Amino acid sequence: MTYENVLENLVQSDDRFIVMTAENRAAIRNLPSKIGKHFFDVGIAEQTMIGAAAGLALRGRIPVTHALAAFLTMRAYEFIRTDVGISGLPVKLVGGVPGFLSDANGPTHQAIEDVAIMRGIPNMCVFCPADEEDMLIGLETVLKSDKPFYIRYNNLKPAVSHSKDFEIGKAETISEGDDITILTYGMLLKQAVEAAEILGGKGMSVRVVNMRTLKPIDTDAILKAAAETKLVVTLEDHFKTGGLYSIVAETLLDNQQTANVLPIALDNKWFKPALLPAVLEYEGFTGPQIAEKIENRFLVVR
Amino acid sequence: MNVPELQKMSLKVREHILKMSTDGGCFTGASLSCADLLVYLYTNYLNISPNNFKNPERDYLFLSKGHDVPALYGTFVELGWMEAERLQNHLKTNDSVYWHPNRNVPGIEFHSGSLGHLLSVAIGVAYDCKMRGTDNKILVVLGDGELNEGSVWEACLTAQAYKLDNLIAVVDRNHFQANIRTEELIPLEPITNKFEAFGWNAVGVDGHDFDAMDAAFKSLALGQGKPCAVVADTLRGKGVKSIQERADRWFCNFPKDEVEMLLRELHGETIDELKSEVLIVR
Repeated sequence: MTYENVLENLVQSDDRFIVMTAENRAAIRNLPSKIGKHFFDVGIAEQTMIGAAAGLALRGRIPVTHALAAFLTMRAYEFIRTDVGISGLPVKLVGGVPGFLSDANGPTHQAIEDVAIMRGIPNMCVFCPADEEDMLIGLETVLKSDKPFYIRYNNLKPAVSHSKDFEIGKAETISEGDDITILTYGMLLKQAVEAAEILGGKGMSVRVVNMRTLKPIDTDAILKAAAETKLVVTLEDHFKTGGLYSIVAETLLDNQQTANVLPIALDNKWFKPALLPAVLEYEGFTGPQIAEKIENRFLVVR
Repeated sequence: MNVPELQKMSLKVREHILKMSTDGGCFTGASLSCADLLVYLYTNYLNISPNNFKNPERDYLFLSKGHDVPALYGTFVELGWMEAERLQNHLKTNDSVYWHPNRNVPGIEFHSGSLGHLLSVAIGVAYDCKMRGTDNKILVVLGDGELNEGSVWEACLTAQAYKLDNLIAVVDRNHFQANIRTEELIPLEPITNKFEAFGWNAVGVDGHDFDAMDAAFKSLALGQGKPCAVVADTLRGKGVKSIQERADRWFCNFPKDEVEMLLRELHGETIDELKSEVLIVR
């Protein structure tokens, strides 16, 4: 099963689904011949795509729109906010190469504020799968939701074997632990698991949590991490501002809780454009580098 | 409706617009320019009524230049689609009758206010109507100043690519953007040629002449493979001499006594010069 298969099956079984793109076909290149008029490519025109998606949604359709995450969420931001957000229309926004996945493209293509700006829109939900398997487990539930949804597309090979129990607003616990919790989402789950193994080898017990959806957020997973472990790490390929670190801070304050929190994120900077493994190394996001940062902090707070 | 009836209704709509131009005011000039156009479209051209507001085969009118919504409120009241009392709620929290369109007023298809959006939204509707094989018309009213927005032209390209010949863009060509004549800032002419160059059929018409509008709209080349544009030549502030074609009378918030004067002027009387403050930006 691939992403395309899921979309094709959805269209075949439910006439409401329309696959749209602003001429970004990487994830859906085989669909035009299979779904006919249910495939609508507006050209390199993200604003028109979102406006037209809102129009289709007014007619009872569920448009699943595709573009690179940076252009989808930022070029068309006001269209998303105004045409989709104000009415809460069930338009689905699939952003390609989000976060570090834009690897060598450079800052123009780096969607590392996408979570911040999408979750700021009333009604909008945000799904950030860890890898292809995780994405496919949640995809149908997310696409069939009656809410607008931003999806950080991620077709990387599975980092771990995922739970098939998917619920919007529910995190997936990858491993249990009572010293440290790593809260993460998206592609960095793999590095989180590697870091946890390294730290485990040094006697630290690490809980790894794959958040899956960032809005709605699994409040319990955050509060339990704060209450049950000595250090909470937020790990994300996103600006520190407005992403998971901010969500954790908001959640703790809303619940009058406090915790030792270590953010590992891009702090007020774009990342060095290069192929993905080199990006991770350069920016300090490999498993061992993450483990070292966590260990250094843990030694201070424990 | 015949021409005298249309003229009578337009006059009533203009009265409503002037009456909304106080206690906070509204975009009077931009509303007056398209009053005739909206009256004509809803009465004599489009298949829209409260009986079919939810029928997927109805025609659609999207008001993309949303700040002229007083003309729409006034038209809906005169058509009996909106209770006249709701106009008393203009700008109040007990209702949703404010400076831009929203769907809490039955008959309004979508909210607007940010320019350059609804041609794209209409493309989605027109595409779906094509998929379903219905023969309804999808009409979008654009401002001429709104043509500055790149998203309008982006949408024009997509519409012609998909041969959306059920889509009609109507430009309320009142020759002004917010604060200045269009040709003094960002010249737009020749507008019909621009649409034609983008693969549309385009015609010009006098947007205050009901016979001319009837001839133009009823001879549009719908269903022939191209979207259609109608550039309706109008006057901003039409019908009220003191504010007609005045760059500084776009958003207006008159004292009550001046509204009374302007209503008299609308009905042909000569009035004294307005003393109220000129509002340029809202």
